[in-house]
Amino acid sequence: MNIGAVMGGGAALAEAEIAATPALLALEDVGLVYNGRVRALDGIDLAIRRGEIVGLVGESGSGKTTLCKALMGLERVTAGRISLGGQAIDALIDRDALAFRRKAQMLLQDAVASLSPRMRIGRLLEEPLRIHGLDLGEGRARILALLQRLGLPPNTLDKFPHQISGGQARRVAILRALVLNPDIIVADEPTAGLDVSVQGDLLNLMLDLQAEFGLTYLMVSHNLNVVRRVTGRTVVMYLGQIVEEAPTRALFAAPAHPYSAALLSTNPSVDPARRRARTVLKGEIPSVVNPPSGCRFHTRCPQAVARCAREAPALREAGGGRRVRCHFPLATGLAQPPDAA
Amino acid sequence: MMAGLSDSIRSGDGVAGVLARVSRSFTGLVGLLIVAAIIAIAALAPFIAPHDPDAIDVLNRFSGPSARHWLGSDHLGRDLASRLMHGATVAMAVALAAISAGLTIGTALGILAAYLPTRWERFILIIFDVILSFPSLILALAIVAVFGPSTVMVVLIVAITLIPQFGRVARAQVLTLKSAPFLEAERILGASSLRIVTSHVLPNIVGPLLVLASMDVPVVITIEAGLSFLGLGVRPPQSSWGTLIQDGYQYLSDSWIPVLVSSVALVLATLGFTLFGEALRDAADPRLNRER
Repeated sequence: MNIGAVMGGGAALAEAEIAATPALLALEDVGLVYNGRVRALDGIDLAIRRGEIVGLVGESGSGKTTLCKALMGLERVTAGRISLGGQAIDALIDRDALAFRRKAQMLLQDAVASLSPRMRIGRLLEEPLRIHGLDLGEGRARILALLQRLGLPPNTLDKFPHQISGGQARRVAILRALVLNPDIIVADEPTAGLDVSVQGDLLNLMLDLQAEFGLTYLMVSHNLNVVRRVTGRTVVMYLGQIVEEAPTRALFAAPAHPYSAALLSTNPSVDPARRRARTVLKGEIPSVVNPPSGCRFHTRCPQAVARCAREAPALREAGGGRRVRCHFPLATGLAQPPDAA
Repeated sequence: MMAGLSDSIRSGDGVAGVLARVSRSFTGLVGLLIVAAIIAIAALAPFIAPHDPDAIDVLNRFSGPSARHWLGSDHLGRDLASRLMHGATVAMAVALAAISAGLTIGTALGILAAYLPTRWERFILIIFDVILSFPSLILALAIVAVFGPSTVMVVLIVAITLIPQFGRVARAQVLTLKSAPFLEAERILGASSLRIVTSHVLPNIVGPLLVLASMDVPVVITIEAGLSFLGLGVRPPQSSWGTLIQDGYQYLSDSWIPVLVSSVALVLATLGFTLFGEALRDAADPRLNRER
């Protein structure tokens, strides 16, 4: 099975139905500055509704992981507000950190390394029960049921993390998060380092679990094919800012921001209808310590003009649920998605 | 079988597996046998010693080795073999107590140093440096001058001098581990700092610390013997290898046997623990193992 066989996640729940519900996770003008000068996140506005699968893409250094950590309360934001279910997460954590942890869980990028190396898997899976003081007997029964549900052999419990495969480690990490029955799971590169066949299985499993447990996902991925197949909405980040946010299908069909266009053009596709002229960006991503003036992308943008260096564009509504941070967004109305079906 | 100590702990083949690896080299095997013998003698001294170590038999002083006194007797006619056996108990007890105390306190301070803010970290590191800057014998003389000589003082002095090395290694280990993903994963699950340190940091730094502790045993044995030799440690009539050598030295013109047998015991013990410690270190280092 390959990724192509994974069904579109956005279709799992009716989009209209999702749009009607209030935001589960909301970020309002969130900024995070390290040491007074490293602007890792800047003016992030984002709302994720219950049952949504949102993809987060961008180059290394664009602030994706920092955003995830801020969402998990691992990094305190220096500006703006992150709220979960309408309540600021800082206040939630201060009041009852464990209760917050039961609502929001995160899957780290390196699943094998995220399991304590001297503990057997069985003990590792019981960790959330012990940490949260949950009933061990009941919890163990739940772990066993989930073990079967996630397709892990029962003898996995007796193994050490280095004795299981990367795919199994992912499943163990997912299981560990599910033990707490969270509302939202942030998945940092859930498929990194896995065989393509294992990736497909894992994504299908994550989609099934999403429907089964009413989960909400924020998926960070470098793999644009994963984002394209699984997510309903995609957020593109560049240098700590959101440069474009749009329904995944619309974004992949016709990106409006030149950076999104460049990023998507690098994505290999077997379908000739989807191939685009490849836009190769010049140079590295600039430093967040000293970001470029005006539009942060102007130093690498193929269509930058003088105004871009002077004036910073705002993240504006561009119709169809799309927002874009560009003075001269690319035309999206002309190019109808060739695979709209 | 190529895996190191850390891997063997991880995969659970335990103490037996580690010892099996230690005994694969000749020197390791010799060290292991000497260590096992000394520990057995130290533990069983009251039961296997042929005589009461303090029983005086002045008529038979300086008797050479005989059926009655295997290794001869000292200037008061006390049985040297029995005194050596009881001396082993003292040496082992001091080593165990001092190293456990140094290991525990040093590791705790090292972990604290790695996690506390820079100000406190510096404070702890300065304490380590202060302790290290004292030659341990001078420190011992100072402490004994104030509190008087006793076995407890020996343990205390040795423990204090061992704290910095365990502390430094523990801190370095924690610093390399601190940003490990599995610690972050535990934090995401909601684990408290105490839980993270005790259940997740400690098991992953304890291997190198235990190897270090095993390498310290011969050092502690010689320090104890040295202090006791100088009259700053174990008090007579209790037998220690140091006091035995001292007693023999006083009466060297009467007989050279007490000095010789006590010194050989000390040399064997330090040699055995050194060989064992080195073999353990090699067993713990997977890179060295792979070359074989």
